[in-house]
Amino acid sequence: MDDEKKTKRLLNELIELMNANDLAELEVEDEGCRIRLRKAEGRVERPVVYSGGLPVQGGGVAEHAAAAGERRENVVTIKSPMVGTFYRAPSPDADAFVEVNDSINEDAVICIIEAMKVMNEIKAECKGTIKDILVANGEPVEYGQPLFIVEPA
Amino acid sequence: MFSRILVATRGEIALRIIRACKELGIETVVVYSEADRDTIYCRLADDTICIGPSYSSESYLNIPSIIAAAEIADVEAIHPGYGFLSEISHFAEVCQSSNIGFIGPSPKAMDLMGNKSRARQLALDCNVPIVPGSEGTVDDDTTALKIAHHIGYPVIIKASAGGGGRGMRIARNDISLASAINVARTEADAAFGNPAIYIEKLVTEARHVEVQILGDHYGNIIALGERDCSLQRRHQKLIEEAPCPSITPELRNLISAAAIAIAKAAGYYGAGTVEFLVDKHANYYFIEMNCRVQVEHPVTEMVTGVDIIKQQIRIASGHKLRIRQQDVKVEGVAIECRINAEDPRNNFKPSPGKVTTYFAPGGPGVRIDSHLYSGYTVPSEYDSLVAKLIVHRANRREAVACMKRALEEYIIEGIKTTIPLYLEIFGHSAFLSGKVDTNFVESEFFE
Repeated sequence: MDDEKKTKRLLNELIELMNANDLAELEVEDEGCRIRLRKAEGRVERPVVYSGGLPVQGGGVAEHAAAAGERRENVVTIKSPMVGTFYRAPSPDADAFVEVNDSINEDAVICIIEAMKVMNEIKAECKGTIKDILVANGEPVEYGQPLFIVEPA
Repeated sequence: MFSRILVATRGEIALRIIRACKELGIETVVVYSEADRDTIYCRLADDTICIGPSYSSESYLNIPSIIAAAEIADVEAIHPGYGFLSEISHFAEVCQSSNIGFIGPSPKAMDLMGNKSRARQLALDCNVPIVPGSEGTVDDDTTALKIAHHIGYPVIIKASAGGGGRGMRIARNDISLASAINVARTEADAAFGNPAIYIEKLVTEARHVEVQILGDHYGNIIALGERDCSLQRRHQKLIEEAPCPSITPELRNLISAAAIAIAKAAGYYGAGTVEFLVDKHANYYFIEMNCRVQVEHPVTEMVTGVDIIKQQIRIASGHKLRIRQQDVKVEGVAIECRINAEDPRNNFKPSPGKVTTYFAPGGPGVRIDSHLYSGYTVPSEYDSLVAKLIVHRANRREAVACMKRALEEYIIEGIKTTIPLYLEIFGHSAFLSGKVDTNFVESEFFE
């Protein structure tokens, strides 16, 4: 009886210790007795949004990568460093800065993003070949939005 | 009426604005930083635009990003909420020149009332009493000493471009005056980009009483009653209530009239709040005007039945105020507790992180304004307000009882919150009797 009570108290103290210090796992060995505690795997909680009676899982996993580029299976994604309107060419009648299969280096201007009437020239900041252009000319883009897929040199 | 609005703010107030827009049939576009991607209000908005990384300077304070977002989202107006760009006149000007409505006062009114020493002068011009102090800013130590001697210690040094209770220092004698001024200047420069300060007599045992006003573009201004915000810690409001439990009807009328006079003189339109100090002799003094919707607007909404956010939007879209002063009725008592993600037992250390369990109180008389949900991660980059718990009952005794039981029901696990502090405050007899002043929290709970 006493032992049971003691163990129960010890367990409660250990659980409090884990919570207070934000531990996921704790192992204690004392006088031949070993206790191991592990918190249940944290599930990613996403609030379920009910739309027209059907549960719809909320937005996909966020891509938290630097605006300049991100490595994923031997391609680099160039993401927008700002909010604005995406233009493929320096002016409406000029040729596009880049097309698919063009080679680029770090200083190559690959597009313009216009915000508040200011035309911002966006540089590639990486070296390689354009494999895909993800936004159409004149489309709005947000911060972090993927613009180009580049196969690095 | 606008058909599409950009919500250029975050947290509970972004959710609040979206709610008003939905009821008005207005489409909402929310801008968000990368840290706010998983907020509940991003799901509720009609559209969202990521405007930058988590740093406020590169997102919520970045005017070109916000205007660019407004342009690509094709909105008619921007609601700036509170904080961030809501009282930056330059932003309001850029909105004007970009042909986008700004839901707030004119840049001119913002500049005038944003300069605290100019605002004091305006109050004087309206025959509204102000706290004795310097005429305009104090630029050198000799003048500071002269003024301090003239008005008498203790004095409080305030940032001229300041607000939100920041950049203030108290000095009780000549020796501490010089150093207090230096610290205040440095803080003011860091927080507001302007080191100018002014000096006021420190009104001891004062209550903070503020009047909510609404003004339209046609010069109509009404007062929606007052709020008592005396429960503060380090000049940050903790608990607000409407009406003020300890002023007479005569004083109430005087303060409301003073607030309307000041707003009229400033050419104010939109929602605004005129703040006063009331001392133990029932003298009232104008301190400043806030040219935005305030955090504590819900207590006024509960007792008057007026939806302040909807009124802001109506006014900004050019509608005349339909509420006349004689229509304004204050019913019952409303109290709000600001719940922060902070550890009150550890010097209010911020406590960001994942909310593992969330259960909000409910039942009669309870309102929650919060963007929290189970599984939401409170980011560390922004201010710590995560929820507002508001109650509204027929009288103060019942409102206090309701707040106590609502606080006890409230479950927010995974982060530390200031709920335990409120449970203590609501058990304190001085609070229950309504006889507290701005020093109450610090003197009773932290000394």
